[in-house]
Amino acid sequence: MGYALQQLINGLTLGAMYGLIAIGYTMVYGIIGMINFAHGEIYMIGAFLSVLTYVLCTALGIGPTPLVLLAMLFVSVAFTALYGWAVERIAYRPLRGAPRLAPLISAIGMSIFLQNYVQLTQGARIKSVPPLWQGGVTLWSADDFRVTFGWAQLTVVVVTLIVMAGFAWMITRTSFGRQQRACEQDPKMAALLGIDVDRTISLTFILGAALAAVAGMMAVLQYGVIDFSIGFIAGIKAFTAAVLGGIGSIPGAMLGGLLIGLVEAFWSAYLSPEYKDVATFSILVLVLLFRPTGLLGKPDVEKV
Amino acid sequence: MTPLLTVDRLVMRFGGITAIDGLSLQVPRGAITAVIGPNGAGKTTLFNCLTGFYRPSAGRILLHEDDGSERDLTRLKGHRIAREARIVRTFQNIRLFGGMTVLENLLVAQHHALAQASRFALAGLLHTPGYRRAEREALEFARRWLAELGLTAVADTPAGALPYGTQRRVEIARALCARPRLLCLDEPAAGLNPRESAELNVLLTALRDEHGLTLLFIEHDMSVVMNVSDHVVVMNFGRKIAEGPPEAMRRDPEVIRAYLGEEDEEAADA
Amino acid sequence: MTAAVISASSPLALRLRDALAVTVLGGLLALPFIGLVTVEEGGALTVRTRWGAWGATLAALFFGRLLLRAALDAWRSRRPARKRAVFSSGDAVLRRAAGTSLLAAALLLPVFFADNRYVIDTATTLGIYVMLGWGLNVVVGLAGLLDLGYVAFYAVGAYTYALLSTQFGWSFWEALPAAGALAALFGILLGYPVLRLRGDYLAIVTLGFGEIIRIVLLNWTSFSGGPNGIGGIPRPSFFGLAFARSAEGRTFHEFFGLEFSPMHRFIFLYYLIVVLALLTHALISRLRVLPTGRAWEALREDEIACKALGLNTTTVKLSAFATGAMLAGFAGVFFAARQGFISPESFTFSESATILAIVVLGGMGSQLGVVLAAAVLVVLPELGRQFADYRMLVFGAAMVTIMAVKPTGLLARREPTVRLNPERSAAP
Repeated sequence: MGYALQQLINGLTLGAMYGLIAIGYTMVYGIIGMINFAHGEIYMIGAFLSVLTYVLCTALGIGPTPLVLLAMLFVSVAFTALYGWAVERIAYRPLRGAPRLAPLISAIGMSIFLQNYVQLTQGARIKSVPPLWQGGVTLWSADDFRVTFGWAQLTVVVVTLIVMAGFAWMITRTSFGRQQRACEQDPKMAALLGIDVDRTISLTFILGAALAAVAGMMAVLQYGVIDFSIGFIAGIKAFTAAVLGGIGSIPGAMLGGLLIGLVEAFWSAYLSPEYKDVATFSILVLVLLFRPTGLLGKPDVEKV
Repeated sequence: MTPLLTVDRLVMRFGGITAIDGLSLQVPRGAITAVIGPNGAGKTTLFNCLTGFYRPSAGRILLHEDDGSERDLTRLKGHRIAREARIVRTFQNIRLFGGMTVLENLLVAQHHALAQASRFALAGLLHTPGYRRAEREALEFARRWLAELGLTAVADTPAGALPYGTQRRVEIARALCARPRLLCLDEPAAGLNPRESAELNVLLTALRDEHGLTLLFIEHDMSVVMNVSDHVVVMNFGRKIAEGPPEAMRRDPEVIRAYLGEEDEEAADA
Repeated sequence: MTAAVISASSPLALRLRDALAVTVLGGLLALPFIGLVTVEEGGALTVRTRWGAWGATLAALFFGRLLLRAALDAWRSRRPARKRAVFSSGDAVLRRAAGTSLLAAALLLPVFFADNRYVIDTATTLGIYVMLGWGLNVVVGLAGLLDLGYVAFYAVGAYTYALLSTQFGWSFWEALPAAGALAALFGILLGYPVLRLRGDYLAIVTLGFGEIIRIVLLNWTSFSGGPNGIGGIPRPSFFGLAFARSAEGRTFHEFFGLEFSPMHRFIFLYYLIVVLALLTHALISRLRVLPTGRAWEALREDEIACKALGLNTTTVKLSAFATGAMLAGFAGVFFAARQGFISPESFTFSESATILAIVVLGGMGSQLGVVLAAAVLVVLPELGRQFADYRMLVFGAAMVTIMAVKPTGLLARREPTVRLNPERSAAP
């Protein structure tokens, strides 16, 4: 019972991160109908920026934890968003209307480039930072087993909730959100109505990258260990989450992230940690086969 | 004479939208039938149902075989409609294999016969006489249609590099190479200049008279419809509102209302 | 048109402003990664600055952009109205000449480098990549299906031979067809459920499949040896003659009355991969002009039109997938036999990415292009360590650039599979 509760907490934390990354996939897919293969690397870049900021703060003697956290968030989000914008400008925008394989290959090229870029500039070795703070809330304890909701985990879940709420507000209530949804429905019509489609697409990439940066920072807080290759697996898992929730659907991405996080936590705990990635991939294949629209997605009619 | 095809109370829904709403019609054998109607009337959706791209929500599409038997096409898988029922179509927004030459396009249309002769590519790899014969026949068949449609000169040109009007003809030639019994053309005159449009009239008539084909086509260009069709079906809001010979359709009050609009039109259809 | 007018009015000011904008943005992007670096010192991370490297990056961005713009403008103003390519026979002649000389070079290489193990080894590696590139080219270049887990079939081939030979004593030549068939079967088993999916879904599912195979090989220790891999894989023999100083049966050098030399085996392996690659080439060239190959290309061009013409697109896709998988399986057998040792390390995603890069850079569907791209990829890192480090960086950037400039690939000039008028090769 206690063990299961602990896994629930771990899964929730993990799922929050996957959900944040998955939103980026789902938004880009919604607006330009392609998988942004480089999105996992954007998350990795966000994590590196968080580590860099943390180390900078330590070196400059900036002490109190909340200030460090804010600095990490700000720097990581700002620079990662710039990377997201640049990726779209360089790898995808020149390819509007190109043969359908072209943007996919370009995306993979971008992903390979970014991974090697970070490896070459920052080194291939693991970067680890000490935990920002220890301890947490003890939820349950038996004679030799305690279920704790660590402070870092709590931060991850709370920050994710706040970010997602703000994001949902933006999509449903602001004029950018309306333009974004209009471009998703019909980019040509949106352009005729005076919406700057290019700008909207750019903003979509920026937002997706910003959310991935938050996820990257959460990963640093939670695990404290990163390297240049973390984007690959995290990217596939978040993509699975987006497909599971229904690609194109933002609530679906959050739900999918949560489910994937929980599956992974419980699979590792009760079945076999070595095959946890296999479990996620199997979910991806099964969903695509039996319910390609996902849990919350709309049916997609083949246009002839 | 029995019709070639009977559409029986066909319904096609997408989510909450009903694109075809209990449509019944018959396609007479060896004749040219035009389907007309305002935009959004469900004409292309009808084509997509006939050629197996959509699975209808309800209703039947019956093909009357020469021996008098019937076959329900709604149970047939997409690609088997072209292969077995021999209903072949063209597309409103031309779908050629753009990087391949015109001749290659025409050979792909004969894929089934050629693939059988090549026996899972084995006979083809070994270059057996049987495969060589099948390949020669396919080339000869393609050559005949190329000549008939005046495409011989561009046979070795990539299809995507040709002018629009020529691409339309290539698409028809390719469909013909699939040896159809019923040829469905989705707006064959769209984007053609008057001269090309007149040539199309001649071609369609020739296909009916000299090759005994049954044709079904969607068209907005009334000059083509009036000149070549034997039978006209008028659709609006997913239903058939009139059918008959072209001259009669021109005077039909329902048809005029559908095209020119009238104030109670929406009320009547809702 | 407008661009030409503007650039004629005040080209320099515009170009300077453009280059400045690129430099500022690029500089910002580079700041945290090139300008700063986290390094471990005494067990904890600290930050070091690299202002020199950053400054150099800024300068490179500024002048690089200026030069690029100038070159682009010059090219645009001089370029005549573009015509869509019409196939010319002169091109084909040139290509045939290049192909023939490459073949001659491949066959004669050991004559000139008989004592140079390094050259022969590198050339053998090149041969493997050429074969893998050609195999993947069937799937990506001809059929237009993006397979990101191609290395999985390579692994299937390699492990099949490794296990059959070490456990059951199968010889190289017995295992070769079996491994090819097994890889093709894997291709069909994976392909059947997922080939109905849209192209980008297919890409990510194949990516996942490649990882699954690797994870299974890594963890199923009793089957695959886990991370330790499988060693002691027997080397192929020359029709039963072993390459050894002495062996139970007759050895190669005894049979031919030669002085024993370890080079014999390396040269034999080299010729073996050349033969395998040539067979692959012959198979693909022949398939391309058969209905199967034409259907692959038609599928790449327009799947919906294929259906409307009665092609069973699932079968067409499966045949492409299985053919590509089989060729990877063959290459895998050769790899295992050559190395004598395999482990999951050799079958990571970066290997799939490398093969894909070869196909994309060489020009999708172009056999000759694959050879050239593979040569660049294999030879470049041999030139020095810095090239090896930057190899994938450059390849990633090149993939992006090529897709933007010429999405069909650098050398993609498609040769028609059949002509109506063979003597009049260029159509009007």
